[in-house]
Amino acid sequence: MSAPDPVPPALELRNLRVDIPTRRGTLRAVDDVSFAIAPGEILGVVGESGAGKSMTGNAVIGLLDPPARIAGGEVHLNGRRIDTLGRGALRRIRGAEIGMVFQDPTSSLDPLLTIGDQLVETMRAHLDISGKAARARAVAALEEVGIPGARDRIDSYPFQFSGGMRQRVVIALALCAEPSLVIADEPTTALDVSVQAQIIALLKRLCAERGTAVMLVTHDMGVIAETADRVLVMYAGRMAELGPVREVIDRARHPYTAGLMASTPAASRGARRLYQIPGAMPRLTDLPEGCPFHPRCPKAQEDCRRVPRPTLAADGGRAACLHPLDPERGAEDVARAAEGTAR
Amino acid sequence: MSRMARAWDSDLAYGFRRSPLAVLSLAVLLMLVAGAVLAPLVAPTDPFDPASLDLMNGFTPPLTENEFTGERFLLGTDDQGRDVFSAILFGMRISLMVGVLAVMLAMVIGVSLGLVAGFRGGLVDSVVMRAADVQLTFPAILVAMLIFGVAKGITPVEYRDQMAIWVLVLAIGFSDWVQFARVVRGATMVERDKDYVQAARLTGRGSLSIMLRHVLPNVLSPVLVIATISLALAIIAEATLSFLGVGAPPTQPSLGTLIRIGQDFLFSGEWWILAFPAATLLALALSVNLLGDWLRDTLNPRLK
Repeated sequence: MSAPDPVPPALELRNLRVDIPTRRGTLRAVDDVSFAIAPGEILGVVGESGAGKSMTGNAVIGLLDPPARIAGGEVHLNGRRIDTLGRGALRRIRGAEIGMVFQDPTSSLDPLLTIGDQLVETMRAHLDISGKAARARAVAALEEVGIPGARDRIDSYPFQFSGGMRQRVVIALALCAEPSLVIADEPTTALDVSVQAQIIALLKRLCAERGTAVMLVTHDMGVIAETADRVLVMYAGRMAELGPVREVIDRARHPYTAGLMASTPAASRGARRLYQIPGAMPRLTDLPEGCPFHPRCPKAQEDCRRVPRPTLAADGGRAACLHPLDPERGAEDVARAAEGTAR
Repeated sequence: MSRMARAWDSDLAYGFRRSPLAVLSLAVLLMLVAGAVLAPLVAPTDPFDPASLDLMNGFTPPLTENEFTGERFLLGTDDQGRDVFSAILFGMRISLMVGVLAVMLAMVIGVSLGLVAGFRGGLVDSVVMRAADVQLTFPAILVAMLIFGVAKGITPVEYRDQMAIWVLVLAIGFSDWVQFARVVRGATMVERDKDYVQAARLTGRGSLSIMLRHVLPNVLSPVLVIATISLALAIIAEATLSFLGVGAPPTQPSLGTLIRIGQDFLFSGEWWILAFPAATLLALALSVNLLGDWLRDTLNPRLK
């Protein structure tokens, strides 16, 4: 990631802003989010419910539910700016370049079409390919995602598959038109714990083979740790911390990230009460002055209340915090804070 | 497994075989429909050919020998000497045709409007659903009479009798779309937000194509139930209009027209002219209704 790359990033957001106009004024659901995902890279996006993770994903695919809308910033796909394109052009590019893996595999496949039909339809919409060739590729795609007996199963309906198998089909569907970016919105949340790891490993392997960039939205830190190359932590619609996954997990700089880590169960830490971040994420209608996290932050100081909205620049591009945790003593700091609250 | 065998083995067919009421209703309905469709072959006389009618045959009771001509009629004759049985068979043709066409018309209007309203939402939704609400405040039969009256007013006199059937279809169809629209709108709003519709949007399909290919097939099962129950209602609506004298003309009598004619003779003792068309209408509407009820219960997983 460090060396300047001649290949443009698969996805690049610059100061993206998503607004939701309401009766009580305009809510800023996504505020000033900037990041890039290189081809073949997996970016994990974490945060609590309502942090703006899914909203960011929806903004990229251009499927924000009205009245939400992109109010500012730029979206670049493979070096091409797409948020200013007309509807027709946008539609073509989006469909061909972005694949989507949804949370709930029971509702992300049309229940009345066979999985073969859905695969063929998607391929033919974006690739110049005959029906017969598309069908052959559909079988290959199903084999690749590990559907046993793909040749016989291709004419089955979604209800004839289990949840895990269905999610495999969804992955095949997302990848079949050879997109350069896959957005996976909590792809394992609705699955049995026993198949979650399989699905994640599958997604990771297939995208690595193809050089497909992945934006993995989840609130499961375990999934992120296992899969992502870099991780973006979001809080109240803003970027809290962005960095390589091991760095962020082992040496969190934003107190919120540290809190998230401390509240994730880990075998290595043995049996103890999990840390809770006190309070709840503020509503978008009443964001506090200054840093949006300060009312819940164990390390908040006076200026956190005053200085408006720190950005990543506050910590050299890593954490949006005026008083980031010490990289060396950070873990201890949090451990101590965690002990304190757990009592 | 062949298609037929698979259909026979389906849960729907199994449930059907296990329900005596549904089997009986379907048997009765099929018999009536067969009689209506095959009327020209089955009916002993052609009740609409004035030349074949013999006024001397008038008021012959069922299964009795006419005292002048010595002819016998299964269900007797009316004042004109028309065979009631034949008139019923031909009358059912009209009733069924009007019913089926009216329901199809209502279905096309209702499903399209409901689909668009549910999918688009916003202003389109408001306009369509308020129109539906307004229409629901009037009894359907009143709306049908209004449409019928207007249509009759603008058709030239000489075409009136021929047009009557089509005007009936139009009147009943237009008064019956609301139910379809409401149900389809609700179901569409549920489907619209499902991920597969989002995925279809992402692949670049247009709204119309998504509505027809993905949403419509997924909202059709309640439509089937409503269509069946509406069929019974449409047949009764047609009979009501004809009974009131604003429907099928005496030259092309439907069951309702026959009942209206028969009513004149009820108190003078010729009960059969009224009773048999009425019983047929009852059997027709009841069997369709029972089938519709059964279908609704079967297709609704919550009632199982």
